[in-house]
Amino acid sequence: MPEENDDILEQVTSSEYKYGFVTDIESDDAPKGLNEDIVRFISAKKHEPEWMLEWRLKAYRHWLTMEQPQWANVTFPPIDFQDIIYYSAPKQKIAPNSLDEIDPELRKTFEKLGISLNEQKRLTGVAVDAVIDSVSIATTFKEELAELGIIFCSMSEAVQEHPELIKKYLGSVVPATDNYFTALNSAVFSDGSFCYIPAGVRCPMELSTYFRINAANTGQFERTLIVAEAGSYVSYLEGCTAPMRDENQLHAAVVEILAAEKAEVKYSTVQNWYPGDKDGKGGIYNFVTKRGICQGDHSKISWTQVETGSSITWKYPSVVLKGDHSVGEFYSVAVTNNHQQADTGTKMIHIGKNTRSRIVSKGISAGMSNNSYRGLVQVGRNASHARNFSQCDSLLLGDKCGAHTFPYIEVKNNTGIVEHEATTSKIGEDQIFYCNQRGIDTETAVALIINGFAKEVMNQLPMEFAVEAQKLLAISLEGSVG
Amino acid sequence: MSNLIHTRLEENFRASNPAQGPLSDFSARSWADFQTYGIPPVKHEEWKYARVSALFRDDLQLPISIPAVTAADIDAHRLPGHETATELVFINGHFVPSLSTIRHAETDLMIAPLSEAAAGADAAFIAANLGHSAAYHPDGIQALNGAFAGAGVFIRARRGKQIEQPVYIYLISDSRTGFIFSQPRSLVHVEAGAALQIAEHYITLGGQESFTNEVFELVAEQNALVDYYKIQHEGSTANHVGTTHIRQTGKCVTNAVTISLSGALVRNNLNMIMESEHGESHMYGLSLLNGKTLVDNHTIVDNVKPHCFSNELYKAIMDEESTGVFNGKIFVRKDAQKTNAYQSNKNILVGERSAANTKPQLEIFADDVKCSHGCTIGRLDEESLFYLRARGLSEQNARSLLLHAFAVDILDKIKWEPLRQHVDALISERLQFEI
Repeated sequence: MPEENDDILEQVTSSEYKYGFVTDIESDDAPKGLNEDIVRFISAKKHEPEWMLEWRLKAYRHWLTMEQPQWANVTFPPIDFQDIIYYSAPKQKIAPNSLDEIDPELRKTFEKLGISLNEQKRLTGVAVDAVIDSVSIATTFKEELAELGIIFCSMSEAVQEHPELIKKYLGSVVPATDNYFTALNSAVFSDGSFCYIPAGVRCPMELSTYFRINAANTGQFERTLIVAEAGSYVSYLEGCTAPMRDENQLHAAVVEILAAEKAEVKYSTVQNWYPGDKDGKGGIYNFVTKRGICQGDHSKISWTQVETGSSITWKYPSVVLKGDHSVGEFYSVAVTNNHQQADTGTKMIHIGKNTRSRIVSKGISAGMSNNSYRGLVQVGRNASHARNFSQCDSLLLGDKCGAHTFPYIEVKNNTGIVEHEATTSKIGEDQIFYCNQRGIDTETAVALIINGFAKEVMNQLPMEFAVEAQKLLAISLEGSVG
Repeated sequence: MSNLIHTRLEENFRASNPAQGPLSDFSARSWADFQTYGIPPVKHEEWKYARVSALFRDDLQLPISIPAVTAADIDAHRLPGHETATELVFINGHFVPSLSTIRHAETDLMIAPLSEAAAGADAAFIAANLGHSAAYHPDGIQALNGAFAGAGVFIRARRGKQIEQPVYIYLISDSRTGFIFSQPRSLVHVEAGAALQIAEHYITLGGQESFTNEVFELVAEQNALVDYYKIQHEGSTANHVGTTHIRQTGKCVTNAVTISLSGALVRNNLNMIMESEHGESHMYGLSLLNGKTLVDNHTIVDNVKPHCFSNELYKAIMDEESTGVFNGKIFVRKDAQKTNAYQSNKNILVGERSAANTKPQLEIFADDVKCSHGCTIGRLDEESLFYLRARGLSEQNARSLLLHAFAVDILDKIKWEPLRQHVDALISERLQFEI
């Protein structure tokens, strides 16, 4: 590549995190540290029934017996779980009756982030559950959705108002004992979104949760549960940001999705946590367990993610294809810059007959970052005629970054067809030359090529998100893409 | 592993390794490593599918003395073309010069027991190169072999010698008296400008179980040409763990073909270490499995220096209840710009209870590279079958024809014609291919 181009790539570090401000608001914190009393404290704060507390304590006791996993291709100093505040809520009037009663400071925060909590702004057409630190502060369009029988509310509200649903579904896809971080999350989760789509209902608007970490030294542990009954459809969006702080903060979430017969769930994430500064100081540790189960025949779950943030990402949105003819999809763009580390991918577990899955993963590494794809495609003994296609491509911008792939493929049925392909390369000199020749300068050419590289995934995002995601991609690689 | 087997291994180690000797340091170091690592447990990531710990049973016999094997015992197993080749014989992990026949001139090829060579003029070379593979396999299996390295062989292809006739190494496990454990070791030095063909052939005498744990290390210098063949066809009760470690210390070409046709548990590690610019390596593998055989191919291509080229193609056909495993690692170090590394793994599942587990793995730290890998798992294409059936072939013949065609890609990489014909005959027989 010509030298000027190398210069452009070297400027990668010039990008600035746009959402790094801190909202100055009083908060109600739990004391630092973790023990049974903290679990009880959180449960009491949320006025939870006895069974919920028992569930938490059981998870906590199990967590104590577990060890933090070491297998991921990331390095970080050991986390001191006693140095984290497990509950932090912005002080405000309990249960505001209308959106007007929400602390203006909080509203401003979300407006600054581009999230409208104002229901008059129907133009956006998105129902939002806004979560700040440990609590959900507002959920919009609730009434409209309720008319259709759709339940969309914060997790704490759901525990109070729909205990029978929570009892039935919470932990049914991701059991508390699944792994180290799910056990931790199950013990101390503070809030999150619950979404229930009744049979045959097509949700008319995008549902979305916006996660914001504001307070210092806190960890965010939220849970999302989406239940789509037979024949229903829902598209769900998740967005996240955090202020710029020098110390690392932990985010360990759990997302569970259930899709009944012929139901379809589309889950899109634009992850934009604070990734740490140029020297890798600070940033969010994002250790998330996301899993969906295609319970019924002909059901479909689709994960789309655009990952630009967090200093360490560790997440594998998975689909268990249990129903016959069910479909799982995973589309991902993971961008790492500076000292970021990402170990992300998916699992497709084929159990039912004629199940299909598709994986498209695009990794872009720049700066000193490391980007890994880790995936599992498993075809069980009885999963006849399963079909999988996986593609994972990596693009390297700069000579100090790394790109890695660890795809596991395990097939136990001889009627299945599984294909996997992966490439790793940098932007070709010939591609740049081709563009230059046609009067496109090098910077624009690089931007063009990166956009083209990620397009297959970007196309899967809902329209409202696609624009934001593309901007985000440009910001994350600012300097390298012009 | 029980205490009993551990105690016996230790006794065996003390008995077979004099405290003083050219290789005593290396053996002691390896033994210490073995103590540290232990046998890989079932949960060990690199040994997830090849559950080698189950083989360290109490009835595993350690080769205390070399049993009486005659040339006649070996005759039935000799590879075609042996009349003009050099034949080296290992019995239960011990290199046995008396059964070996060296047909090459001493000026072309030097062959000596490893412990003898290490005591002579080659001491420095052996000290620098023996055990180079250990860093790539930090596990007890590899270390255990090192502890018994003294019984191995040293081979040198001399500078500039284009050696036409191959070297056949017969690794014989005499399991006539029980479940025997053998640990052969070889170190090969291909000097600058030399060309050498080596084929390793594994033989189990007697119908009982056997377990071979082998380490084969080769150093290829500037302008060397190496063709390495590994033929695994020992029968369904033979277990095998083998590491082939090829280092390119100068710009050269190294080829390796691994053929696995039978066994209980077979694990082949193949490493290509590209330590010199403009090196070229090719790695081919074919597994044709039936019964309950499990074959686990682990390959590593470590691109240390820039401008290297490597190509890898592994194919597997799994019938009945067999399992094929493939793990291909490609490392591209920070300085190894302009690396081209390709990898492909193709599997056909024939048996209803057969399985394929594959994990192509790229770890890349340089940006100006072209690396790709692809893998497929599936069954025979229905349309191709239909095409052949429509032209009057029986179902069986149509299948055989397609499977044979699938395998031929790899067979053609065996450049030594008598060997290629031999392997082709074995495969055709297995596939009942007769047209």
